[in-house]
Amino acid sequence: MPDGKSTVTKSPEPKAPAALGKTTKDIEGLNRRSFFSWLSFGWVGFVAATGGFFTMLLRFLFPNVLFEPVQTFRAGFPDDYIKGEVSTKWKDKYGVWIIRNDLGIYALSTVCTHLGCTPNWLSSSKKFKCPCHGSGFKATGINFEGPAPRPLERYRIVQADNGEIIVDKTQKYQQEKGQWSDPEAFLMV
Amino acid sequence: MGSFKEIVNTISNPTILFTSVLILFPFIFPPTDWFDKWHRKLGLHHLWGTKAIIIATIGMTAFFIYGLGDYNFQKIVLKPDNVPISGMIFLVVFFTWLSMNQAYKNDELLDKGQKPDEFYEAPNDKVLVWPDLVYVELISLIIMSAFLLVWSIGLPAPIEEPANPTESPNPAKAPWYFLGLQEMLVYFDPWMAGVVLPSLIIVALMAMPYIDRSPENSGFYSYKRRRLGISLYMFGWLVLWQLLIIVGTVLRGPNWNFFGPFEYWDVHKLEALTNINLSEIIYIKFLNTGLPSNILVREIWGILITLGYFLILPPLLAKTILRNMYEKLGVARYSIFIVLIITALTLPIKMYLRWIFNLKYIISIPEYFFNF
Repeated sequence: MPDGKSTVTKSPEPKAPAALGKTTKDIEGLNRRSFFSWLSFGWVGFVAATGGFFTMLLRFLFPNVLFEPVQTFRAGFPDDYIKGEVSTKWKDKYGVWIIRNDLGIYALSTVCTHLGCTPNWLSSSKKFKCPCHGSGFKATGINFEGPAPRPLERYRIVQADNGEIIVDKTQKYQQEKGQWSDPEAFLMV
Repeated sequence: MGSFKEIVNTISNPTILFTSVLILFPFIFPPTDWFDKWHRKLGLHHLWGTKAIIIATIGMTAFFIYGLGDYNFQKIVLKPDNVPISGMIFLVVFFTWLSMNQAYKNDELLDKGQKPDEFYEAPNDKVLVWPDLVYVELISLIIMSAFLLVWSIGLPAPIEEPANPTESPNPAKAPWYFLGLQEMLVYFDPWMAGVVLPSLIIVALMAMPYIDRSPENSGFYSYKRRRLGISLYMFGWLVLWQLLIIVGTVLRGPNWNFFGPFEYWDVHKLEALTNINLSEIIYIKFLNTGLPSNILVREIWGILITLGYFLILPPLLAKTILRNMYEKLGVARYSIFIVLIITALTLPIKMYLRWIFNLKYIISIPEYFFNF
């Protein structure tokens, strides 16, 4: 009877421990130590994959084709420009105003020295006026109103052998650094 | 009615507008007991009563409806970029009123020794997140999404022609929430108005709870017991931020000139503003010697004024009118507080110097990209 009792009491037991034993065995297969090694393995894999992906993305920072406008251009002959007038002919294409005064010709950059907007030439009030913060420049490029801290920059301007004007935007001259007196900042004609 | 438009245009002149706001402000948001006395004598405390908000709403709505009949005003207000600003004006007025109304109610209750209006006997000092908070958030989320959907369908974004670096729209305006910053850029060098001052705004907002550490009256609206703090904050928020956004939107026109709200945006409006630096005023106007070639000699006056403003003014104030505050806050907290406040005050100071004396920079060293 005690045997029977024990079998009766034990008979349902194997079922439950069997189920429990299975799970504990599985968990034992993945113990604390191996869990961490798997975790580090996973992380290394993840970092390698994302790192590789972002490294490939770096390539996209460098464009295949760069549409940069030509930095040096021929701007016609001195006689194309009228004395005392601001020519906006090259503004859209090259970002340059060409101005001729009694002494000669100079090329002004169309980038406002405050925050880089493009000012407009107001022929009625004889000034360049920036639409962003109201900076004003005289035809010479000197800043006289609004917040612009320094005058517009001038570009290198020289004459080719045939007398054509060449404007070189790679070389610029800043008034506050005293560079406007450079012979190539102003073309005597 | 034509003369009404002219009056509005005249009042909108920045010097007149700003001066009247500066004079009225301490009487509307009294920073001290003395101003509070006049605030009540002049009856300005009725501004936070129920009647005032009804009159203000009707008045503002009537003004907008009347203004829409004017071509120039209509062009500004109905521009899709500017619609949020019109809404903002109403919202700012309403919520300022709401908080002040509640604050004045609570001040009275506290004076009588009662609990404030918002007092809530929470069990264990805790309030349930669900449903108390999450439920309200969910409803707001749904309403807001529906509203934004309708808005975006009804008022399409004003898409312009493809970007062209050689063509800036005239006037070129920043997104509406940045127009205050753009207005600031007119008076300062870019690094100052674009980097230093915006960072200081954030720093100041973060520093606030460390400067005023008193736990008194937290958790509900009140005014009387924190007059100076609220008044200063409201000055920064309503005048130096909101008003500048409105000025940038409504009053700035082509070539970034000032125009009245009912004035035609004339691209050829002639405004001769020959701005000069402090060094030019001193050496050319007063001394008649021409600018010295040495940068330090040229800018010494501006540097002295700036140093005096930031180094001598704070201790001077601590010894005189702000003595109580200095003793309460201690050296470190007082220094941070006062430097933030006087830095904020450089904006209105420089605005006036520009409007009245055409002064551009106090220190101007373009050789080293340093202008102030």
